[in-house]
Amino acid sequence: MIEFIMTIWGWFYPEIQTILIIVFKIIIIVLPLMLAVAYLTFAERKIIGFMQMRIGPNRVGPRGWLQPIADTVKLMLKEIIFPAQSNKFLFILAPVLSLTPALAAWAVIPFSDTMILSDIDAGLLYILALTSLGVYGVLIAGWASNSKYAYLGAMRAAAQIISYEIAMGFALVGVLMASGSLNLGDIVDAQSGGLFHWFFIPLFPLFFIYFIAGVAETNRAPFDMAEGESEIVAGFHVEYSGMAFALFFLAEYANMILISALTSVMFLGGWQSPIAGFGDSIFWFFTKTSLFLLLFLWFRATFPRYRYDQIMRLGWKVFLPITIAWLFILGLAIYFKLPPWFA
Amino acid sequence: MKNKIKQLIKSFSLLELLQGMRFTGKNYFAKKITVFYPEEKTPQSNRFRGLHALRRYPNGEERCIACKLCEISCPAVAITIESHCRDDGSRRTSSYEIDLFKCIFCGICQDACPVDAIVETRVFEYCFDKNEDRTLNKAKLLSIGDKHEKQIAYDRASNMTNKRGDREF
Repeated sequence: MIEFIMTIWGWFYPEIQTILIIVFKIIIIVLPLMLAVAYLTFAERKIIGFMQMRIGPNRVGPRGWLQPIADTVKLMLKEIIFPAQSNKFLFILAPVLSLTPALAAWAVIPFSDTMILSDIDAGLLYILALTSLGVYGVLIAGWASNSKYAYLGAMRAAAQIISYEIAMGFALVGVLMASGSLNLGDIVDAQSGGLFHWFFIPLFPLFFIYFIAGVAETNRAPFDMAEGESEIVAGFHVEYSGMAFALFFLAEYANMILISALTSVMFLGGWQSPIAGFGDSIFWFFTKTSLFLLLFLWFRATFPRYRYDQIMRLGWKVFLPITIAWLFILGLAIYFKLPPWFA
Repeated sequence: MKNKIKQLIKSFSLLELLQGMRFTGKNYFAKKITVFYPEEKTPQSNRFRGLHALRRYPNGEERCIACKLCEISCPAVAITIESHCRDDGSRRTSSYEIDLFKCIFCGICQDACPVDAIVETRVFEYCFDKNEDRTLNKAKLLSIGDKHEKQIAYDRASNMTNKRGDREF
């Protein structure tokens, strides 16, 4: 059997073989990611429920474990309603535009020292570019819906995402300075040597700002102005239903996982174990990512929504000056070769 | 100046946010208060105000004397009563209707009733799939009363003696 498959495999041109291998790798990444998104929604409902002294969904399947499956089936069977005054093409394009960057960014994430889809040298730049693209989905959705709430939500989201991207970019400049590379694998390698060599210690304010800005980027509580259920119903996706809505949902949660993964790669040493040379593996990467995901949910269970002007103040007048100031301090630390990180 | 520095330190150390997260984090491990509804139910007071009923005396005579005090006192104008003179010369209702869509379950009708005829029972799980089912007519009210008479009588009695009445029949 295996020989038979290998013979068929041999018939393909080498170029096609390469493409097939890449497609296979993409499937290996995307399928578990989708599953993770589904069960992240379940985890969110359970964890927030527990924090509010409830127990969360518990009816579908044993202890509610089939709830995400039931939700998916429900959303797939639902009708997609197009508002009469909407721009149909943009209306259907918007959810795709918001999901694609969230998935595409996974191409350069190093799961372990060998498991990486595309080990490109400008990985960090690629990440920055793709995470900025997400705002177009939101903007176009709000515009194409031709609805007041959707439009307001889109405007809020656009302003917020663009503001926080600047602080996020500056925080990544700090990582770039500390590691001296744009390649995500090299960034993780630069943090080798156990817990105290990870960048979150010398770059603590940047680490902090990166994660908070990441929460704001993904429009999660307490920065969920774009959604703002109590003020503008559901914000930019108020007119969406069925699978189109599900795509926005997927994008939001995929972005959450992405931000968590990025934070653990940039600041917590990715696949490195906390004790030097003690089984560096994909396990540590997943552990750290889950830790940040838990924080996302914990924030949502705890904090009330920010006021709009306060969000803007935090982004421009607090985060931005701190990052720039810390870049100077970091520059000095690198210039004087501060041990143990920059020696 | 000193206050400003204090404020700055306070906001940059995120003390209050951490306090909030500690609170929710602690609650994660707290005992859950969820009641698994169809299997479990919360305890009811003996003054619970659910679906209405018309009561009878033990000899089977209906209590209602068509005084229309409930109709007048109903703040939602949900009750409609028509009365007539029965063959034995007593005044009785010919129709007694409660519109459940109007009713706000305030319990003023049962407070107004001089003969304890109209009461609100502990029944709160009901539904209707036809529009006309929303009005409780006299026959329906009497049958609800017959069905739950034991519970109704117990609730009235325990309420008079000021006991906690959490017994179910």
